[in-house]
Amino acid sequence: MSEVRTEEMVLNMGPQHPSTHGVFRVELVTDGEIVTETRPHIGYLHRCFEKHAEHLQYTGIIPFTDRLDYLSGMNQNFGFVLAVEKLLGSEIPERAEYIRVIMAELNRIASHLMMIGHMGTDAGAITPVLYGFRDREYILDLFEEVSGARLLYNYYRVGGVIADLTPGFVEKTRKYLDYLERVLNEFDQLLSENKIFRGRTVGVGVLPPKVAVDYAVTGPNLRACGVNWDLRRDEPYSIYPRFKFDVVVGREGPGVVGDSWNRYWVRVQEIRESAKIVRQALDGLPEGDFIKAPKSIRPPKGSEVYHRTETPRGELGYYVISDGTPTPVRVKVRSPGFVHISAIPAFCTNMMVADLVMAMGTLDFVMGEVDR
Amino acid sequence: MEPKEIHERLSAKFGGKILQSVLEAVDPYVVIETSAIADVCGYLKEDPELACDTLMCLSGVDTKEKLQIVYHIYSMSRRHRVVLKVETTREGEPSVPTVSHVWGTANFHEREAYDMFGFRFEGHPDLRRILCPDDWEGYPLRKDYKYPDFYRDIDNRQVDTRDV
Amino acid sequence: MREWGRSLAQTMHAPEWVGQVTLMVIGAVAVFLIMALAALAFVWLERKVAGRIQSRYGPNRAGKFGILQTLADAVKLLLKEDIIPAAADKSLFILAPYIVFVATFAAFVVIPWSSKLYVSDLDVGLLYIAAMGSFVVVGILMAGWASNNKWSLLGAMRGAAQIVSYEIPVALAILTVVVLAGTLNLRMIQEGQSGWFWKWYVFQSPFTFIAFFLYFVGSIAEANRTPFDLPEAEQELTAGFHTEYSGMRWAFFFLAEYGNLLLVSLVAAVLFLGGWNVGIPGVPIPGALVLVAKAVVLVLLQMWLRWTLPRLRVDQVMAVCWKYLMPLAFGTLIGAGAWKMLFPGTA
Repeated sequence: MSEVRTEEMVLNMGPQHPSTHGVFRVELVTDGEIVTETRPHIGYLHRCFEKHAEHLQYTGIIPFTDRLDYLSGMNQNFGFVLAVEKLLGSEIPERAEYIRVIMAELNRIASHLMMIGHMGTDAGAITPVLYGFRDREYILDLFEEVSGARLLYNYYRVGGVIADLTPGFVEKTRKYLDYLERVLNEFDQLLSENKIFRGRTVGVGVLPPKVAVDYAVTGPNLRACGVNWDLRRDEPYSIYPRFKFDVVVGREGPGVVGDSWNRYWVRVQEIRESAKIVRQALDGLPEGDFIKAPKSIRPPKGSEVYHRTETPRGELGYYVISDGTPTPVRVKVRSPGFVHISAIPAFCTNMMVADLVMAMGTLDFVMGEVDR
Repeated sequence: MEPKEIHERLSAKFGGKILQSVLEAVDPYVVIETSAIADVCGYLKEDPELACDTLMCLSGVDTKEKLQIVYHIYSMSRRHRVVLKVETTREGEPSVPTVSHVWGTANFHEREAYDMFGFRFEGHPDLRRILCPDDWEGYPLRKDYKYPDFYRDIDNRQVDTRDV
Repeated sequence: MREWGRSLAQTMHAPEWVGQVTLMVIGAVAVFLIMALAALAFVWLERKVAGRIQSRYGPNRAGKFGILQTLADAVKLLLKEDIIPAAADKSLFILAPYIVFVATFAAFVVIPWSSKLYVSDLDVGLLYIAAMGSFVVVGILMAGWASNNKWSLLGAMRGAAQIVSYEIPVALAILTVVVLAGTLNLRMIQEGQSGWFWKWYVFQSPFTFIAFFLYFVGSIAEANRTPFDLPEAEQELTAGFHTEYSGMRWAFFFLAEYGNLLLVSLVAAVLFLGGWNVGIPGVPIPGALVLVAKAVVLVLLQMWLRWTLPRLRVDQVMAVCWKYLMPLAFGTLIGAGAWKMLFPGTA
């Protein structure tokens, strides 16, 4: 019998593919259903944020930051205004600090809800994502109340926030957090405890901590690898040191440390932790001004700062250089997704196509921030 | 470790390769001779007391006089950051040693710096454009960048370019 | 049927073959209508069920409760541009959806709707249905290969492997019933279950009870539905073997899928749940209605599963089949045979 000739097949996953979550392309070298090599290609959503930023005044850049990661606009705003404030050395009213933390954490919950839902979709269960949308909706309603927008909030300002909380916001948020606890249990039943879902995620796409640190993987993805690291605690900014919360770390349990299951599980638990922070912030919310705008936003000539914050996706760094004019010389965004995608070839090899979908899905990148 | 101490260590180890050490800044930084950057980074990572295990960010900067690359480095075990800068001329595609073998994450960051500023990272395994299309001309984040009038027969002329 | 044809020819004063052909056409049209209407209804039902499960409304614009939604969609699909990829193998590409459709369609012919209402009373009806089920594979492979799309090919390969594998436990589960009934004729099988509902084969012995679940799981896999919808796994393969299909050709796949949904449920009802028998003697409900009601319950069950469960991975699907279902199916078959020998009175 003559030998059957086999060869590897190069597959293009994306730029339009249901599981690349945006316009992202991975070249797969496959041997049957097994992926032997991955080569990510990005840039399909490049919108020249950094070039735009060089033409805009500081306040004008804030709405652009929303568009970086459109699932957590508040956190993107937060990072940028903090960087500018650090350059200016400005003080922020107490109330504004609390409002900022509340918004950032609510947005983290919203973003994680989306991620958990999409995990279900990636695994083939279409229902959880709709539950995610349903529960995120209440947060969007709250955001709409305070900022007027549902997705791109443009809410933070240098020196505070643009508007005070609306009457009844605190009560509504409390009510929502009570509701959230209940629905999280629903998610647990649908996905976390589902045997098929566990079969699809446990031990899939294991990212070793060493590789994760080498590739500067951050945020929940890093914590899922068992690295106890959270910028909110380890490089505190704003008023995070005042709040008590646990840093959730991936563990051996149903899953293996660093696998898709833990990346999923860390996020589920982080929702609970964020809810804790929001509750504490609501309790401690002081009266007072919500903004103390500086007279002019002109950081000193030649000053520069790299400021990083913990967004739902990981470390978001803004590198801002000023030349003393109202427009920055350079704004570089170090987005977590960009870095996470660069790690894909390092650990997504020798797995089934279906596993690759899970491994990439759990990295939870948003192409907006990857391509900027 | 305090920035001052780190800078002193670097000076002691690399001597003349350290061109400038700035401590009075929001983020203190060291300016390194371009050719030595890979060695310095390797040292920062391997030295057990510096132990800079992650590269937070690698950014290209155009200061109009020259081009810079800024390395924001962090040690998760020792909890200190180091900021390194190298400076190159603006002519052509300045050559800079790669650090992608030191930190895996530098791979994409360097590709982006190449894409936006045209640094030629010597020894980089896969130096291609990353955000712009492969056939893009020029380096968009340079201050003297001229917006193209056409790209693949797409007319861009009506766009207001607003000279800086 | 032959008799009917003869009498029909006599009343029309025409040669016998005219009557036969007329009857065949009538039968075919009837089956097609049943299948098409069922597909329309099930697509609507599925969307409603999905809506309720996902805490939303589902279609509610076209007609009352959105009942005309599928019809509107069908019209849209008819009017859509028919795209054949330039690099596709044109003849195979065009043929594939029809094969898939015809295989499902043909299987409907032997379904006896009641003791008198049937199109064909085939003595080897069960064998015929199993054969037609396998025939779908040919169409799926053809579609995947002819599309000249790598994702389609992967989907087709998965589909072929999966359907061929799951044939076996399904066939063994069917055989379990055949052992009890002693016939392959679907009508006779149903007649064997008349009387009280404990006469239904599912309750006849513990082994048939297991066989029912084996058949149900296997048939979900054969119908390519979640959690076994790998050939079209959206998140992995875009749409699997029918990625490149659009408009009416795609609609044929769709029609076949929902036809298949009804088919496997009907067969399950016939084999295990007493078919047209109400289960309580003396209750005058038309047999066809009873059968369809049972099938619809099973269909709803499949929908419920689809909108709740995630999808298995290829190797897991294969493992479920070869490691768990197969040995179980063999055990069931042997057990059912032994049961019949030990307790000949029960069945």
